[in-house]
Amino acid sequence: MFVYADNAATTSVSKTALDAMLPYLTDYYGNPSSLYAFGQKAAEALTAARETVAACINADPKEIYFTSGGSEADNQAIVSAARLGARKGKKHLISTQFEHHAVLHTLAKLEKEGFEVTLLDPHADGVIKVEDVEAAIREDTALVTIMFANNEIGTVQPIAEIGALCRSKGVPFHTDAVQAAGHMPIDVKAMNIDMLSMSGHKFHAPKGVGVLFARKGMLLTNIIEGGAQERGKRAGTENVAGIVAMAAALKESCDHMEENTAKIIPMRDKLFAELSKIPHSKINGSLEHHVPGTVNMCFEGIEGESLLLMLDDQGICASSGSACTSGSLDPSHVLLSIGLPHEVAHGSLRLSIGEYNTMEQIDHIIEVVPKVVEYLRSMSPVWDELQKGQRQHLI
Amino acid sequence: MALYSEKVMDHFRNPRNVGQIDDADGIGEVGNAKCGDIMRMYIKVDDDSKVITDIKFNTFGCGSAIATSSMATEMIMGKTIDEALELSNKAVVEALDGLPTHKIHCSVLAEQAVRAAVKDYYDRKGIEYNPEDFKEIEEDELHEHCGL
Repeated sequence: MFVYADNAATTSVSKTALDAMLPYLTDYYGNPSSLYAFGQKAAEALTAARETVAACINADPKEIYFTSGGSEADNQAIVSAARLGARKGKKHLISTQFEHHAVLHTLAKLEKEGFEVTLLDPHADGVIKVEDVEAAIREDTALVTIMFANNEIGTVQPIAEIGALCRSKGVPFHTDAVQAAGHMPIDVKAMNIDMLSMSGHKFHAPKGVGVLFARKGMLLTNIIEGGAQERGKRAGTENVAGIVAMAAALKESCDHMEENTAKIIPMRDKLFAELSKIPHSKINGSLEHHVPGTVNMCFEGIEGESLLLMLDDQGICASSGSACTSGSLDPSHVLLSIGLPHEVAHGSLRLSIGEYNTMEQIDHIIEVVPKVVEYLRSMSPVWDELQKGQRQHLI
Repeated sequence: MALYSEKVMDHFRNPRNVGQIDDADGIGEVGNAKCGDIMRMYIKVDDDSKVITDIKFNTFGCGSAIATSSMATEMIMGKTIDEALELSNKAVVEALDGLPTHKIHCSVLAEQAVRAAVKDYYDRKGIEYNPEDFKEIEEDELHEHCGL
């Protein structure tokens, strides 16, 4: 059985999105910047897509900028706020330890340019406390950027509260909503969000297309210079077909959010319930504040990459925060930020499910994972020492 | 291209010589759980011929950690202690048809696990050796390879 359980990494393109985009690859391939009617057909599609995306998050179409994806949107939002702040002598940026690298690396770049960055620690439940944000805000704070939902552990942050706080303090607020868009209700007005990033391929649009929402008055700095596309704020001929698909996918996801959530939650809860029966396992992140589909757990005494390879052999696509899969020497910065010891973080598994998964697939995961964990433990010297009392259990 | 060669995947999926030896003549353990990999090797040695008559391993680690452990045990099974000490990480990598660059340290651990097991055998039997020859095992205990 093939089970795709890595929807937080990327999703399949929905039929709705594919059907919407195909004519813009084959029939209406004109450049939206061209004067003739054939080009204007593409321009009209962009206008409609902008209206659709705006409506999904209660924004004005003029506040929607199409980008190449979530990373570009994060880069542009943060750099823009930093440049705007610097002009007023404000060079302090607030974020969290467990952001996506698109945010963290942009902040690190600005730090080298002389900005001061405060990274808040999430609490052990993977949630940022509003009080911590409030305590960190200073006179010279140019931006607060806090993700809507964490990509690894799925915890949802108190965005509306943080938004209200930032608005009351007059500090611009950006949120990386890549893991939330299409999966959770977003209202940029009610939540007092000044800038927001989205990535199409996380909600059944193709890869390579995203959105930066920037509230009127947020002056954007260009990351890509060139033509006057996107009201002069993002050069480059628009990915018309991708944008059309993204708008269709977002609308579809938002229109069916309740039923999708109702379908996903029982599958997720069954995974949590059954996989928690594995001895010395741990669920990572608050279950109360959680996106519907993400399951992140640690199994003591094993390492995540070997777990993933064995699951792959059983047809299951998943991910892990182990060092070997992160491509760096350390395990996931997200798992470390919520206080997990290194040796536990190495044994993490992320399963992210979507509305296309079935209960049969969940049952397959539930059948396979405990066997694989048991097998890997049987050859693990760490597990051996834990069993013999030569090493302390950490979970 | 897949991350690992077919040989690596074969040794990962069907590791040779997994297990423990209760009456081992030498046990070597290298690595650190914090770094995400520990290898432990058990050897039985014929005292007269110095031939390794049995070898088993336990490994906590990624796919290449398991595969390099397996390959290393296969390469020194039936060899003499002196031959085992000549096993290089490079030879293990070559026998596995290569490893990704960031996984080479797994093969270094496999080589060191073998050396640690031999050192333990020498220690148990009171056989003299030059400590300099085993210096890198001590160094590895600092786990510089993972930056901790």
